[in-house]
This record gives sequence, structure tokens and C-alpha cells, in this order.
Amino acid sequence: MSIYLNKDSKVIVQGITGGEGTKHTALMLAAGTQVVGGVNARKAGTTVTHGDVTLPVYGTVKEAVAETGADVSIVFVPPAFTKDAVVEAIEAGLGLVVVITEGVPVQDTAAFWALAQSKVDADGKQVTRIIGPNCPGIITPGESLVGITPANITGKGGVGLVSKSGTLTYQMMFELRDLGFSTAIGIGGDPVVGTTHIDALEAFEADPETKAIVMIGEIGGDAEERAAEYIKAHVTKPVVGYVAGFTAPEGKTMGHAGAIVSGSAGTAQAKKEALEAAGVKVGKSPSETARLLREVYATL
Amino acid sequence: MDLFEYQARDLFEAHGVPVLAGIVAHTPEEAKAAAEKIGGVVVVKAQVKVGGRGKAGGVKVAKTPDEAHRYASDILGMDIKGHTVHTVMIAQGADIAEEYYFSVLLDRSNRNYLAMCSVEGGMDIEQLAVERPEALARVAVDPGVGIDQAKAQEIVETAGFAPELHEGVTAVLLKLWDVFVKEDATLVEVNPLVKTGNGDILALDGKVTIDENADFRHADHAALEDKESADPLEAKAKANDLNYVKLDGEVGIIGNGAGLVMSTLDVVAYAGESHGNVRPANFLDIGGGASAEVMAAGLDVILNDTQVKSVFVNVFGGITACDEVANGIVKALEILGDEANKPLVVRLDGNKVEEGRAILRGANHPLITLSDTMDEGADKAAELAYGK
Repeated sequence: MSIYLNKDSKVIVQGITGGEGTKHTALMLAAGTQVVGGVNARKAGTTVTHGDVTLPVYGTVKEAVAETGADVSIVFVPPAFTKDAVVEAIEAGLGLVVVITEGVPVQDTAAFWALAQSKVDADGKQVTRIIGPNCPGIITPGESLVGITPANITGKGGVGLVSKSGTLTYQMMFELRDLGFSTAIGIGGDPVVGTTHIDALEAFEADPETKAIVMIGEIGGDAEERAAEYIKAHVTKPVVGYVAGFTAPEGKTMGHAGAIVSGSAGTAQAKKEALEAAGVKVGKSPSETARLLREVYATL
Repeated sequence: MDLFEYQARDLFEAHGVPVLAGIVAHTPEEAKAAAEKIGGVVVVKAQVKVGGRGKAGGVKVAKTPDEAHRYASDILGMDIKGHTVHTVMIAQGADIAEEYYFSVLLDRSNRNYLAMCSVEGGMDIEQLAVERPEALARVAVDPGVGIDQAKAQEIVETAGFAPELHEGVTAVLLKLWDVFVKEDATLVEVNPLVKTGNGDILALDGKVTIDENADFRHADHAALEDKESADPLEAKAKANDLNYVKLDGEVGIIGNGAGLVMSTLDVVAYAGESHGNVRPANFLDIGGGASAEVMAAGLDVILNDTQVKSVFVNVFGGITACDEVANGIVKALEILGDEANKPLVVRLDGNKVEEGRAILRGANHPLITLSDTMDEGADKAAELAYGK
């Protein structure tokens, strides 16, 4: 088991012919992902080849889905075209859309998020889950990678990880490489993202393979505080937390568009306190966080 | 990016929001000329990106051009909460009958927009929200729909405007929505929105934050950047496309990925507690590639910071290979030559780490110390900074 993604997921790549799309299609295939095709309106009808795999390029997402039965898309198109690409994926009814692109205008994200929310199935459940933008994507080690996370850091195991940051995800997978991961998901560092800490916590709680959860946050917004409330009310599995940005000054954007302390809001200290009040052990550094997780894991 | 009041005023005017005349002045002479041009009573307003300028003496009513000259010479150069006043705006005096409040902003928590409106304007809105929340209408705005006539009507009704004001205020709200959406803003605030003696609705003071990620569709936004008060090292970094924030410590930091770099700053600060409380000197994310050129440009900025005593390079090779990063560091030191004169602690992990460490050991550069872990590297860099 895993969350959101498994070995049966069929993936199309929007922007499969671009530089990043080409590089990461090869890496995803090497990680075992079932990449079944790509989309580029100007190169419809052509193919791309990686090793002994040749993939068709379609003109639209809808066509790609009809031909391949894909249920997942990954978006590598530049910021100016990201909104249109995601809208197309939502309109085509894909279940999961992972948006890697960094630098997407937040009004574009707000617009495609509003559209995704409006598309629900007969049970009232949102059809399309969005991960990102500005994220490393999702990996279920040993099964499938839809993103840019290095697949060789570690393998399958009982730790679930959700993080705003890509490199901190890699660092934490590396620290805990002997334990392995059920799924690791980078939700992205933008002010508005599709999948939240809470969504991932809910999914990890329901996933039998996940035994313990690492949650990594950073300054800006109140996602960590809200996640803390959620953990207190709904999560029975052990959660260990880490928050980056204690030394960040007020009013400065620290790399990620969403990583900004505004006045007294969004500080790392407030997030740490909220998590601790919910019974989450919070590490002072990635290494201490790994140690805390190891301690609770040993008792399971 | 937050804009100055005069820049917000200009954007308002460009989108048809009713505003009064306002002219920017950098000298008392320019202020006097502006007051003469506008005529009558004017207000001399300090242009700083921080609240509370009125209380600090940064806003003065001038009855004559000579008074405008005098007040401008008082205000220009003034320090308001750490912000130096380089510019004033000479604004036409207003005949204010009533003051209101309006803003529309990105609501991160709810992933939509939030309009806030009150018939009690002019005061600190955060204070109003805490003391009398019932006086501040909060209306959610669907990003797929925006503020249309119906939504504007809902906002003015919720705020409790008298019916005879609905038409005038909703018309201005629709124009302010234009500013928000057409300029890719994350905040448009008017405080106060006023009714004049004639019954006109005017935006008297504005605050706008624009989303720099949308600069690709706003060629004119680059000109809004405040180059005058930018830190010189930040300006240099920006010119080289580096993601750099100047801080006030002694340990220069280079890393890859925003989260890992923020974390590195924190870990260095903790390590500094055992080494004379040295602190991180900067945030610098060199991103995924970490080529020799980017590494050299980053080191160049950091080594030009006179406060820096040591540098900690902390890279986790994901897709990036550590051997490329190591080659980047060696080449960067070659490019910089004698300019590189501060000790460098390097921690590499992840993809091709052994090859990367071997390259650095082979280079045997007197400034470079290798560390096996992030914690150990942070401690070493703090120790070196304190020892100097």
C-alpha cells in the first residue's frame, strides 16, 4: 500500500519534449514508473525514445487519456503555460496532477484550484487531486515516481513523509534510508498548493503500510498550525515534525514564494509550538528529527 | 513586492479608480513646484513601505507651496522604523466627509480571495478586526468568478453602507478588483476610502502587493522595484539571478533548495550558541544546477560581505551530482583567485558523494575543510567564524 500513487498508476508527461521533461521522463522510467505518453500540441503524432521505450506524443491531454488510459499527469511546462496545462488535465478528468513548475503566478494557481474544486463525482468527491506547484512531486519507492525526487536514496518501508521542501525531503529520506518509506510527498513551497499537509496526514493515517509520519514545514502561512489541530483530532499514528526558518527575518521571501514571515504571522516558533501542543515531537535539526522518528519507530 | 503609496495611486488611476492629484518629489524644491502645480492645500506624505508614518511625523498638511517646501525638507531623509525616506508624495488636499475601509487579498488558508470592508475607515484595521470584528465585513471571493456586480453589492451590504452609497461604492470596488486581477496583485488595500463633501467616492491612500512570479506578463512591473533602498549585496546577487537574502551574522551560507538552506541557517545559529553566538550571514540558494559559474557568482557575493568570517557550503545532491558541485567549488576558487580569502567548510551528501569528496581532497585547497554531516559542518563553520 501507499498513498495516491502505486505501480499501476499510468502517467503522462505534459511537456515531455522540453529539457526538464526529457531528463525526468528518463529518470521516472528508470524508477519503474509506467510512463505511457506525453503531450505537446506542436509535436502531436511524434514519439520520444528513452532506451528501449518509445512513447507517443499527443496533441491534447484528452486524446492522451483516451489512447493510453492514463490516470496521472505530471506538468513540466514553463510558468506562463502552466495554468492552461493544468486546466486541460482537470478538464480531462485525471485523478492526480503533479505540478513541478516553479514560478507560477499565484492567481493562476488559485484559478486552477477553484476549477479543480468545482469538478466532483457522483459522491461529491473532488475528481482531480493536485500536488504542487513548485514541488518535487511524489514517490512510492520501488513502485512509482511522479516527480524529480532521486529514486535511489532509499526503498520501501513504513515511514510516510510530507514536506513543503524538495531538498529537505531528500535529506530526511537519506537520514532514514535504513527504515524506508511508504510514500514521500513534496507538497510545494508556494502560497497556494493543491495537496496540503492535512490531506497527506489523512491519507497516511488510512494507509496500513505507513507506521509513522514525518511532517516537514517551513515559515509562512498557517498550514502547519492547521495540520497540528488535525493531528490532535484525527491522527493516531506517531508524527514527528520539523520546521525550517527560525532565523528568517520578517518580511523577506526565503527562496520559496510562500516562505515569508508577515508581521508576527507565519513564524517557525509559532508552528513548532502548535505542533508540540498537539503532541508532535519537533526536531531542532533534520538529524534530530530523524533521531526522534527512529525512537518512536523502535517502539512500534 | 510591496509598492509605495504613489505607485499604488498611479496603478489605481490607470485602472480608473478615482484618486486625487499626487506628484512625487525627491527634493524640497520639487515638492514646492508640485504644490504650486496642484494648487490649494496639499499633503506632504513620506513614501515608505511601513505603517505608522503619520504618527512618526511623516505626513503634514501644507497650506502654501513654501510650507510644502519646509515640510518636505523635514521629512526627506527622516528614518521611519528603519526605513529612510527618499521620496515624498505631494497630494491634493481632500474634503473628507466620511472614511471607509476596503481591501481584497489572497487568502492562503482558504486558497481563494478575501474582501474586507468597513464603514469605519482611517484607523488601524488590524486593531479594528481584534476590538470590534463585527464592524469589519469579511466576504470570500471565488477566484473563478472574482468581484462582479453581485459580489460588490454583497460586500457593501455586509459592510452596512447606507443604500444611497451602494452605487458609488460598488463602482469603485469593481475598479479596485480590476487593479487586483489585471496587475496580478496579492493585496489591494484602500485606507481610507472616502466620501467627499460632494458625495464623490475616492481612494485616498493605497497599498498594493504584486506577485513577482507574474512579471513575465507585466513588462512595466520591473520599473516598480525600489533600487534606491536595496541592499548593495542583494542588488548584486539579483543581477546574477541568485536567490540571496542578506542577514547580519558572520557565517556565509550556500546551499541547494530553499528548505535545506533555511534549515542550514537554523543549524548554524544553534551551532553558534557554542561559539560566541555567531549567526548566519545570509540565505543563498544556488538551486539544482550548481555549476561552477553559479557557485563562483554566489561565493563572490558572500566574500564581498565584510561581516562574513567563514562560509558553509551545504549541498545534498539529489539529481545534482556531488562531483559536479565539487568541480564547481574548485573552479569557483580559481575564478576568484586572491578574492577568496575566507575558510570554506563543505558538506556534500547524496548523488556521487564519494566522487565529489575525492575531488575536493585531491584539490587540497588550503581554504577548504570537508565535513561528513550537516551538523558537523555547521559547527566547524561557526567555530572558524568565532576564532577569527
